[in-house]
Amino acid sequence: MAIIPKKNAIPTQEPSVRAHNFNEVALGYSPEVAIEEAKRCLNCKAQPCVAGCPVNVHIPEFIAKVKEGEFEEAYQIVNATSSLPAVCGRVCPQETQCESKCTLAKKFESVGIGRLERFVADWHNEHATGKARAPQSNGRKVAIVGSGPSGLTCAGDLAKKGYAVTVYEALHKAGGVLIYGIPEFRLPKKIVAKEVETLKELGVEIATNVVIGKTLTVDELFEMGYEAVFIGSGAGLPNFMRIPGESYKGVYSANEFLTRSNLMAAYRDDAKTPIMKGGKFAVVGGGNVAMDAARTALRLGAEKVYIVYRRSMEELPARREEVEHAQEEGIDFRLLCNPVEILGYKNPDDPRDPKNGFVTAIRCVKMELGEPDASGRRRPVPIQGSEFDLDVDAVIISIGTSPNPLIKSTTEGLEVNRWGGIIVNEDGLTSREGVYAGGDAVTGAATVISAMGAGKVAAAAIDEFIRNK
Amino acid sequence: MYKILTKKRLNPTVTQMEIEAPLVAKKAKPGQFIILRVDEDGERIPLTVAGCNQATGGVKIIFQIVGATTEALNHKEAGDSIQDFVGPLGVPTRTDGVKKVCVVGGGVGCAIAMPVAQEFHRLGADVTSIIGFRNKDLLILEDEFRACSNKLIVMTDDGSYARHGNVTVPLKEALEAGEKFDLIITIGPLIMMKFVVATARPFGVPVTVSMNPIMVDGTGMCGGCRVTLIQDGKPTTKFACVDGPDFNGYEIDFDEAMSRGRIYFDFERRAHEETCNLFKLQ
Ligand SMILES: Cc1cc2nc3c(=O)[nH]c(=O)nc-3n(C[C@H](O)[C@H](O)[C@H](O)COP(=O)(O)OP(=O)(O)OC[C@H]3O[C@@H](n4cnc5c(N)ncnc54)[C@H](O)[C@@H]3O)c2cc1C
Ligand SMILES: Cc1cc2nc3c(=O)[nH]c(=O)nc-3n(C[C@H](O)[C@H](O)[C@H](O)COP(=O)(O)OP(=O)(O)OC[C@H]3O[C@@H](n4cnc5c(N)ncnc54)[C@H](O)[C@@H]3O)c2cc1C
Ligand code: SF4
Ligand code: SF4
Ligand code: FES
Repeated sequence: MAIIPKKNAIPTQEPSVRAHNFNEVALGYSPEVAIEEAKRCLNCKAQPCVAGCPVNVHIPEFIAKVKEGEFEEAYQIVNATSSLPAVCGRVCPQETQCESKCTLAKKFESVGIGRLERFVADWHNEHATGKARAPQSNGRKVAIVGSGPSGLTCAGDLAKKGYAVTVYEALHKAGGVLIYGIPEFRLPKKIVAKEVETLKELGVEIATNVVIGKTLTVDELFEMGYEAVFIGSGAGLPNFMRIPGESYKGVYSANEFLTRSNLMAAYRDDAKTPIMKGGKFAVVGGGNVAMDAARTALRLGAEKVYIVYRRSMEELPARREEVEHAQEEGIDFRLLCNPVEILGYKNPDDPRDPKNGFVTAIRCVKMELGEPDASGRRRPVPIQGSEFDLDVDAVIISIGTSPNPLIKSTTEGLEVNRWGGIIVNEDGLTSREGVYAGGDAVTGAATVISAMGAGKVAAAAIDEFIRNK
Repeated sequence: MYKILTKKRLNPTVTQMEIEAPLVAKKAKPGQFIILRVDEDGERIPLTVAGCNQATGGVKIIFQIVGATTEALNHKEAGDSIQDFVGPLGVPTRTDGVKKVCVVGGGVGCAIAMPVAQEFHRLGADVTSIIGFRNKDLLILEDEFRACSNKLIVMTDDGSYARHGNVTVPLKEALEAGEKFDLIITIGPLIMMKFVVATARPFGVPVTVSMNPIMVDGTGMCGGCRVTLIQDGKPTTKFACVDGPDFNGYEIDFDEAMSRGRIYFDFERRAHEETCNLFKLQ
């Protein structure tokens, strides 16, 4: 059979339409197209794709089932290693993970592994009847801090083994970044809600509005009878640029902007939480978070949205698909540009002028790529005298996050590294007995799948630790 | 859901409630705050913990009705429940080594200052309280302050009750008369706190101010609550929800904080009008 060189396209909403709504951009494969795509897989003996996946999803096996139209079986195979397939199929950076290792990718386009994974998960969610059943309890308690992908995965794995698991979440809704960060048009909230629902069916208790380190400490959790604690508190502390003008009105961290829009639903017309809408926006940064912020601003009615990034297109860390979608939607990429100052309005004659203190422009300097740095990427260096101003009404800063020090500062003996990441061994064990950690709280901002993987590893280690006690 | 145990109107625009939240009641210290949402889809707003009752698990809040959310909260009654209530957040007020303190509160800021004054009193410090209001109708917590202060001075802007004038007037008099406060704590409108700092500056008395910027999560995640401190001539950014809300008054950039506090002015005015109209329809 001749190889089909290209992936089956995934239908998407028209760019001109979707730029004005929050509905999902990519619409997913139909069963027929999924089977067609599955047929492209060569079922390679060496399974190079599997090695590219951080949790080693049994890719050729599940794709073989898709080919036969046995979608539920396919789902079960994926689910054996990945507990959030509907999420990962949508948001994994497949082009640097599973799909980058696909044999087909050497000459053609890789198999659409992510798209197939999404398809089987959606199919399952639509057709599966019957609820998950809580297994026989073993009477032992484990506490999870944070309800992001690492915490949810750890909770799910432990609950399936019979542990009584409580997930403590600081915010009023479970899901972590999947809820407050990644927007609806990329990851519909109902998918996350469904995953949380499944956990509850397994007997997991979700306690929202509890800040560990404030409402309860890690030590108190042990006093309450939990035999182990998993910390999956994420990397939620936004970094700022430390340039002049960052306190003007209209300067947001991406976290604030996205939280207002997603978690607080500011995108709705009847929203109670305010957000700046319309006007011109500059988003500083080049990761997924920057793309999400830019495209959210656009959907909220911005007339112009710039991405300001100091390296070039090749170094842009965001998922390829998101960059393409952003370009199609009309986001203006200003690459090799670095902000040096944010300018604000000041009326010298009238200190009470309501426009005072609002952003008017962002001053950038042009960059060129120099020698490669430690990370192997060519380092951008400013071009003397190339400063220019972009007129904007708002600036969203999306240059990364650091782990929140709240838990570390209230937990005696919990060691962290120079960047605030919790130090763990290969099992996810921290410097404290019985305390495990994983996800962005350990690595700094990374990916959903790696957070999930860390939750899995820790769940296995916690099980072993408690059984051997 | 979190049950409203008691509700009391302190004046036409200020209400006191006790909310059932035993975990918070057990932990909260003076100077800390909570974040609540009245209903599903509601906004998250921060309010200071004004006291705790261990027996009932009640956490006392005192709030001024200024906009849509506080209006909606005020329409709830004892026995009703609110959607979310999380805390205690922020760093408790520093009390160690303070033997003689002056607490300066303005308006609803007095609700935030009251538990702090009570704590100093409990710890055996000498407490002078200066509380100020726009007029007599807005006066709150006079008895509570009297009970925990060695000396209480009440001021009204228009002279409709007690002494006429701003809180800075008696503060200046006290300082000039040679009162040696170890610390001045001031809580109220930014402009008032700015002037309290200016009044204290020539006397070199440390001033703690309690900042109340607009917040979202209250856990250090969004950065929306950032305030600028000028330390050694250099600006430093702090997050009021996790680093504060108390800060060294001499370091705060008040002008910036006042400007940032007005970012959603138009939106809030509209939202408030809509809520008021909604309630009128009911
Ligand atoms: C806008 C955005 C877009 C992204 N896009 C992608 C993408 O396309 N693909 C991808 O793979 N990755 C993406 N990521 C990264 C990915 O979402 C994260 O790596 C992942 O969510 C980390 O999971 P986590 O479980 O470690 O923590 P988080 O998801 O950050 O969850 C941590 C949870 O812990 C809670 N918490 C924190 N402190 C406490 C405490 N003291 N007590 C109780 N609860 C606490 C937080 O409120 C939060 O709910 C994106 C991130 C963002 C912000
Ligand atoms: C740490 C902290 C503790 C606080 N403690 C108390 C308290 O104990 N009692 C109390 O009454 N209020 C307190 N506040 C202020 C309170 O959070 C706001 O009044 C409330 O968020 C207003 O919500 P709203 O929707 O009713 O009004 P909005 O419609 O949001 O605002 C109405 C008006 O209030 C102003 N405003 C909005 N947010 C704030 C704010 N954070 N501080 C001051 N003014 C604001 C707006 O500029 C606007 O003019 C505290 C604030 C912080 C940050
Ligand atoms: S989980 Fe992510 S990396 Fe692994 S196979 Fe699925 S899409 Fe690829
Ligand atoms: S490498 Fe590609 S073609 Fe080979 S088994 Fe994996 S998905 Fe199929
Ligand atoms: S309120 Fe979000 S960081 Fe303080």
